[in-house]
Amino acid sequence: MSDDLFKLNVDGKDIEVPRAYTLMQACEEAGAEIPRFCYHERLSVAGNCRMCLVEWEGAPKPIASCAQTVGDMRPNRDGSAPNIRTKGAYVEKARNGVMEFLLINHPLDCPICDQGGECDLQDQAMAYGRAGSRYDENKRAVEDKNMGPLVKTIMTRCIQCTRCVRFAAEVAGVEELGMISRGENAEITTYLEKSLTSELSGNVIDLCPVGALTSKPYAFNARPWELRKTSSIDVMDAMGAAIRVDAKGDGVMRILPEVSEGINEEWLSDKSRFIWDGLARQRLDKPYIRENGKLRPANWGEAFAAVKEALSASPEKIGVVAGDLIEVEQAKAALDFFRGLGVENTDCRPAGAQYGTDGVRERYILNGTLAGVEDADALLLIGTNPRVEAAVWNARIRKAWLWADLKVGRIGEAADLTYEHAWLGDGASALANIRNSDFGKVLADAERPMVVIGERALCGEDGAAVLAKALELANEIGAVKDGWAGFGVLHNAAGRVGALDVGFVPGEGGAATADILSGGMETVVLLGADELDLSNLGNSKVIYIGSHGDAGAARADIILPSAAYTEMSATFVNTEGRVQMTSRAVQPKGEAREGWAIFRALSEVVGKKLPYDTADALRAELRGPEGESTTFSGLGFAPGAMGAEALKTPITTPSTILVTATFRPVFDDFYMTNPIARASKTMAECSALASALDTPVAAE
Amino acid sequence: MLQDKDRIFTNLYGLHSPDLEAAKKRGAWHLTKEMLDQGPDWICDQIKASGLRGRGGAGFPTGLKWTFMPKEVRDRPHYLVVNADESEPGTCKDREIMRHDPHLLIEGCMVASRAMRAHKCYVYLRGEYINERHALEKAVKEAYEAKLIGKDNVNGWDFDLYVHHGAGAYICGEETALLESLEGKKGQPRLKPPFPANAGLYGCPTTVNNVESIAVAPTILRRGAEWFAGFGRPNNAGTKLFCVSGHVNKPCNVEEEMSVTFRELIDNHCGGIRGGWDNLKAVIPGGSSVPMVPAEQIMDAYMDFDTLRDLKSGLGTAAVIVMDKDTDLIKAIARLAYFYKHESCGQCTPCREGTGWMWRVMERMVKGEAEHDEIETLLDVTKQVEGHTICALGDAAAWPIQGLIRHFRHEIEDRINQYRLPRAMVQGAVVAAE
Repeated sequence: MSDDLFKLNVDGKDIEVPRAYTLMQACEEAGAEIPRFCYHERLSVAGNCRMCLVEWEGAPKPIASCAQTVGDMRPNRDGSAPNIRTKGAYVEKARNGVMEFLLINHPLDCPICDQGGECDLQDQAMAYGRAGSRYDENKRAVEDKNMGPLVKTIMTRCIQCTRCVRFAAEVAGVEELGMISRGENAEITTYLEKSLTSELSGNVIDLCPVGALTSKPYAFNARPWELRKTSSIDVMDAMGAAIRVDAKGDGVMRILPEVSEGINEEWLSDKSRFIWDGLARQRLDKPYIRENGKLRPANWGEAFAAVKEALSASPEKIGVVAGDLIEVEQAKAALDFFRGLGVENTDCRPAGAQYGTDGVRERYILNGTLAGVEDADALLLIGTNPRVEAAVWNARIRKAWLWADLKVGRIGEAADLTYEHAWLGDGASALANIRNSDFGKVLADAERPMVVIGERALCGEDGAAVLAKALELANEIGAVKDGWAGFGVLHNAAGRVGALDVGFVPGEGGAATADILSGGMETVVLLGADELDLSNLGNSKVIYIGSHGDAGAARADIILPSAAYTEMSATFVNTEGRVQMTSRAVQPKGEAREGWAIFRALSEVVGKKLPYDTADALRAELRGPEGESTTFSGLGFAPGAMGAEALKTPITTPSTILVTATFRPVFDDFYMTNPIARASKTMAECSALASALDTPVAAE
Repeated sequence: MLQDKDRIFTNLYGLHSPDLEAAKKRGAWHLTKEMLDQGPDWICDQIKASGLRGRGGAGFPTGLKWTFMPKEVRDRPHYLVVNADESEPGTCKDREIMRHDPHLLIEGCMVASRAMRAHKCYVYLRGEYINERHALEKAVKEAYEAKLIGKDNVNGWDFDLYVHHGAGAYICGEETALLESLEGKKGQPRLKPPFPANAGLYGCPTTVNNVESIAVAPTILRRGAEWFAGFGRPNNAGTKLFCVSGHVNKPCNVEEEMSVTFRELIDNHCGGIRGGWDNLKAVIPGGSSVPMVPAEQIMDAYMDFDTLRDLKSGLGTAAVIVMDKDTDLIKAIARLAYFYKHESCGQCTPCREGTGWMWRVMERMVKGEAEHDEIETLLDVTKQVEGHTICALGDAAAWPIQGLIRHFRHEIEDRINQYRLPRAMVQGAVVAAE
């Protein structure tokens, strides 16, 4: 027997497990099912629900298997492996008793409970509970707590498992949930009766094993068994979290996270989770044409005719800008279409961006990978606030800081990241001087340092110099070596990397975003581009292709409605360069079509037919020749350390002067970052609450 | 009967001054340096040889417990924590030590700290013990001023002692809840393992001992392990403070030999049972959390760990609660059930939910407003709580009720019958009138 393995006998079956395992894990390894409420594999062990009791032969009491480390157990006196029983009268009686206790003060209001049908307590009561009640006293009632617009509380249902408390304290990093009072008066509360100041607060809904914390926007909308569940990918940030879209009829009823160890583990940010009401509001469901200053509904034929006319301008006078949520298929089709027309003025980056044009993919993706931060021992964040730009990743950084002693340093406007970090300065000068700082030494001493630069930092006038300097630094401190590519860009838009990967940047002599939007173009095509400053467009004719009536549509002369991310099977590439696909959960609204199909149809109208008739054909072209490894040939795969080689070449820039005084945040408002979010009532409420918190109270 | 010359707590009743000078005259701080110089192993061996068992209730051998601490101080400091959160109903021994013989405790802390290579000791004091806190703090100040403790003290072992005042929660007397509370967190028991000797206060090796266990240590070392071991029956050595309350003529705290019989204890020190020995009904021999023992079993029983364990009760803290035949036992136990319901920390399910359930049923049984089969249900509920919780509070809440049902089930049944009788007649009368 090896030193790190321990022998156990579970229900008569001999197994060998690592000593670090808990008894619960060991029992599961042996194929036994252990019921539990408080235990959650991504939270610390509380051991308080007592549901996971098992029998250890010879022990005076049943053992809480979640809290017993296998390595702490002793073999039997004769040296044989300890005998564990997870079945039998003794264990059943113990579980039965705990179950009864959990239920005596539970309201048993399953018929009006939103958790009904997906409730741990309900399920386990069926499996381990007794048929009738022996409790004739009055039940306890607990006052509901205000937890803001996202989480509905019915605290009488609470079984005090403290998963939510542990989540808030450990993962979200806000100690705003806790248990007050004691004994049967114990209550879970936010103390001050307000919503959590966390971007991850919605996860407590999933964690709650009963119906105490449920989704407020989803309340009484649907039963779980009525919902059509579709696995998909989130596009609210550039992480591409795995989600499940639950739909009823043609409406998305809710969005839940799915497990994706490399990306979001099993968490989801509030924006990704509660965005869904925005999918039903402010939708562009038919084409529009502006006549006499007002938009009027039109049919596709009229709209295409108007577009054809607008595109008859000279190619140098046509500009195309792709927005934050563009899917790879649309980017590819649009690019092929406009290059076919001779248009070189194409860009998918924000105004002023100075990266992504040299064709080196490693210079615009997060080579270190999201999960890689757990292997890092020092992390430098330049001009990025991951709490706002990639909230779930921020929780992972926090996890590494909390449990693995990751050291974090940050350059950019000071912010609370929920973990301690060395703040090194506001702007680019801090980057220039970093080697002289204390944190510079930490970076130099680190085994696996990681340098992450926010996209925003690459959009100043010194953007290229910042990128070059950061890469130089990464090479100096050993962040780039064989097996470790600790340098990368953290994006904030789901569509960016995919669009960059298909080459959606200015062509030969073409103009970039800022120039396209400066009023010099005759025709400007906006592909869901709403985050940009559109005030200087002047007399340009604007064609807007997108899903929501937002800034772009308001300025548009012709609107072509396209599908949103839940309405199509489309490819997105996340900030790590991981190619993933969404799935169609509902049909596009009204006459809306998928983006690539609009361009395919348009290409026939203008007489430059695109060579693919189906999305599959388009993707085949993206993937390139069969058997060849290309960016799009593999799904769900992040290149990671494979990027190290390419990062070893320094970037040469015309100017190496660093001037940006302050790296400003990408978003002023976490909840309002894209057209879908701005259409969502829920997000509006969250945003109002968050800004009220930020505003100092003058009267005091 | 314990002779005066063998008493450890010679100022138990506060007849003399608790001050340092007076304490020294009574023997405190005598040869302390010499004891410390003998080193940890000698101290632990002596305590082990004395047969001292923990005085806080569980009766775990104190010397053995001290040896669980790591043999060397590595990266983490060692701590001694003294549990002065004496909240067990009926128990009032530690407070007398702290009020009248605080220097024995302070000296004991130092000796025990030496034995476990600790330089710091915390005394966690019950929230309600205001006067005890003043007394203890005064004594600590005296000891510091006399350079008996502190840095570079005359005894040659750097030692700091801090008195920490709790907020008055019974559960903080559970050793890991005490540590949580001492760290500034909510007083809730921790999961064990890890045990405090491994990861206790601030994650460092820690031993938690009862006040009495610590306070007797210096005297044991001074007078020798054999002297202490000479009292009591085998495995139940030493002298012990008994807190006798309830229906005796003169309730008192008294230091007696272990294994003194109940009859001797009461007759010699408490002036007998109120109304004579025939009037004795039941005794809770070790603080509220042990099951009661009926009169005929306890009268001539030895008051020690093993005898009382065999009577399906326990010596606990040796807080002897005597109840005569005027006592409404059901009501007494219902009151204890209320106490445990009130003091449950609410962390784990069986205790949080079970204590409330048990109390409510008990309250009905006081009136007799229950069904006969509910007695069995109640017993079953106590068994569902017992042994299924994180700490021993669940057991403590279950045992008094189990003791009641074990020995006085007939009283509960009578009460139920009585309650039904007049009701039936009243109902009959109403029916007849219509």
